[in-house]
Amino acid sequence: MRGDALYVDDIRPSDCLYGATVRSPIAHGKLLGISLDPDFDWTDIHIVTAKDIPAQNVVYLMTEDQPALADGQIMHVEEPVALIAAPSRDRALEAVRHITVNTEASESLLDPLASEGHAIKIFGDDNVFKRITIDKGGQAADGIVVEGTYTVGHQEQLYIEPQGMIAVPREDGGLTIIGSMQCPFYIIKALTPMLGHDRMNVVQAATGGGFGGKEEYPSMLAAHASLLAIKTGQPVKMIYRRDEDLRATTKRHPTVVRIRSVVDASGALQQWDADIVMDGGAYNTLTPVVLSRAILHVCGPYRCPNQHLKGVAVATHTPPNGAFRGFGAPQAMFAVERHMDRIARTIGMDPIEFRRLNLIRDGDTTPTGQALVDTGAEIVLNDAMDAAKAPFKAPPIHPGGGQGRYAQGRGVTLVFHGCGFTGNGEARIKGKVAMELDGHCVKILSASTDIGQGVDTTFPQIAAGELNIDTDRVSNTPHDTAMVPDSGPTVASRTCMVVGGVVKKAAKMLREALQAETGLTSNDFDELIAARLHTVPLRVQAEYVDDGSMDWDDATYTGDAYPCYGWSCSVVDLDVDLDTGEVLYRRFVGSTDVGKAINPVIVAGQLEGGAIQALGYATCEEVVLDEHGRMRNDRLTNYIIPTSLDAPEMITRIVEIPFAGGPFGAKGIGEIPMDGPAPAVAQAIEQATGIVLDILPMTPERIIAALENQP
Amino acid sequence: MTRFTVNGHELSVDALPMTRLIDVLREQLRLTGTKEGCGEGECGACTVLIDGTPVNSCLIPVVQVSGRDIITVEGIAADSRLDPIQQAFIEEGAAQCGICTPGFIVTARALLNTNPNPSRREIREALAGNLCRCTGYQKIIDAVVAALEVD
Repeated sequence: MRGDALYVDDIRPSDCLYGATVRSPIAHGKLLGISLDPDFDWTDIHIVTAKDIPAQNVVYLMTEDQPALADGQIMHVEEPVALIAAPSRDRALEAVRHITVNTEASESLLDPLASEGHAIKIFGDDNVFKRITIDKGGQAADGIVVEGTYTVGHQEQLYIEPQGMIAVPREDGGLTIIGSMQCPFYIIKALTPMLGHDRMNVVQAATGGGFGGKEEYPSMLAAHASLLAIKTGQPVKMIYRRDEDLRATTKRHPTVVRIRSVVDASGALQQWDADIVMDGGAYNTLTPVVLSRAILHVCGPYRCPNQHLKGVAVATHTPPNGAFRGFGAPQAMFAVERHMDRIARTIGMDPIEFRRLNLIRDGDTTPTGQALVDTGAEIVLNDAMDAAKAPFKAPPIHPGGGQGRYAQGRGVTLVFHGCGFTGNGEARIKGKVAMELDGHCVKILSASTDIGQGVDTTFPQIAAGELNIDTDRVSNTPHDTAMVPDSGPTVASRTCMVVGGVVKKAAKMLREALQAETGLTSNDFDELIAARLHTVPLRVQAEYVDDGSMDWDDATYTGDAYPCYGWSCSVVDLDVDLDTGEVLYRRFVGSTDVGKAINPVIVAGQLEGGAIQALGYATCEEVVLDEHGRMRNDRLTNYIIPTSLDAPEMITRIVEIPFAGGPFGAKGIGEIPMDGPAPAVAQAIEQATGIVLDILPMTPERIIAALENQP
Repeated sequence: MTRFTVNGHELSVDALPMTRLIDVLREQLRLTGTKEGCGEGECGACTVLIDGTPVNSCLIPVVQVSGRDIITVEGIAADSRLDPIQQAFIEEGAAQCGICTPGFIVTARALLNTNPNPSRREIREALAGNLCRCTGYQKIIDAVVAALEVD
């Protein structure tokens, strides 16, 4: 609040050098080497290439395919080729400009629809990162067949703080890595094969937004800063400039979804077949998991006896795509909800009534055969529709709303989102949390980072709630891997719901340890502390334990895909400017099941922030690639995110259908607000103008073109 | 040497005339509350007040502030007491990751200094040069409205 929180660029170790990256100008080809400008003064410049890597040239994630620095071959434009360290940031950037990357370009493959089995090989034998098929039921009897194709582009996370990392050599030959990140333990796993040892500790600095963009990418930056720190023996700081961050780092996966459905005469869904093609970019990163979540959501929150879902994630010579809030679900839900509109249009039914007729109810099963209980689809739909009856608070922000050049529309969509990891993920990870009693205060030690979503507030609230003490007596310690146990990554809407549950358990263990130490049975925390004979800090560690309630088979993709689901209904009111094609948002109503809102202000902040990010995805956020696959609009002047003037009035409704497995009933809520708004906008545009857009983003150019092509 | 006032302190700085004000503030004066989000005047994270007017300090060469009065986020609170805007940002949940917060607080302070009773629409207009990716803006507008009542 006073500007005293230290983000990575605010930290300046003594003798710190500044790092910069030399990148590939081409998408695909041979890397012949680099040439240094002989007229430039190189005396204070350090250079690192692939031959300086101590052990394996890999930034390990799910696979070992991505090198830290290109060696011999180039797989995508902007691929890191060499690294520079210099006494100042300006010197480092100047040096980069005096290096030429020598390449021999080959034909590149940029089109994901052409990738599978193409003669140009990027990954494996067939360019397929992952293929998934889910089948439930068989073929429907005769009915009305509706088919559609839905296409979504990249989206940039656009955390306001660009990526940044510092590596500091330690006296024992190891490294301390400090930076902007979601998952400190990922970095240790990623760098160990490259360094040939794991003598490092990773510390999260205050982090200026992540949204998935700081899940896996920081490992690459940490690898680079580490290589420079090893080469120079000095601390090295690397902070990306915005344009570099936009061109080089991961984005949401572009995706094409084809759906073929059959409904009977009453409008009930009888068959739903979906086929997904997802563009992973040049390396595997987390793409298989993103595809998994897309497939598990491409049925939508609707009941249907026969469902056949399949998908493939393929490689292209473009910068790798990666984690972004929603993680495959927003792409899938856009297709599902647009297809629901298409069916309603075809059979002449109101789109909301068509959804109401088909929405999933207690006892229905998902495509993987998971029987659902405590479903919330109808509850959030009714709640949102009620809330949307309220009169608008403010007059329209533009003249003549709904008249003349403005066409008014409303869109309503219904989504669900699987909370936490898929299947047995948590049982494999076994997230850990330690807790320490220090005097009268309690410290939580976890690797769950606060990236703006409020963990540093919510975790103390959970522990204080369990111990029945004031929240200000509980604090979250800094997230340094040297001090905290591995709680698993800060992703997948799992932190509050899963790790929060482990925090609650640790608090219970702490009380029990005090009871054992003092011989008292009291539950009064202060009474227990007062009865202690000494003040030695007391430490406990809790771990996630699989309670056996999840039955999931990863080989066949059957069973309980997620521990629970959240439900959300979006109602968006907007005007389309018929002269400019611009969409003007008037009001957004979101009704979302959160299980239990441990901190309602934080929950509402997540829901509202997710909604506006999704409205940006809907109409203004477009990544334009050139013929090399390089992002052309690599500035905030031309990659447009919503401002306070674009943002609508919001009505944020919190619905609580408790999940027995979450602390106090809480479900994961970070990602679900990203799912519903974009298709709601498409429906509202259709209602306002009659044009049908099945593509994201729905930019003014696309809207104008569609208006002009209208019969 | 360029002489100017920062948060009430007169000082002189040895920097090339075209050095960006943000670099002087962050690197030389170690006032790191002013953040760089884009370096081209789009995001507003580097907003400071020059003679009471909010500007993007990434676009201002230091020579241009010679003899002028600069307020950064570090100069908004009165000693130990937070400014009503800062207090309202905490209470309304208007800060999430916090990286844009200094810019919003400085811009909102300038608004309330010149327009003590803005409408929600005027608040949105005044803050349109500051980007936030976390909140959806709703809670930021709410916080400025709440600060109005205290101010």
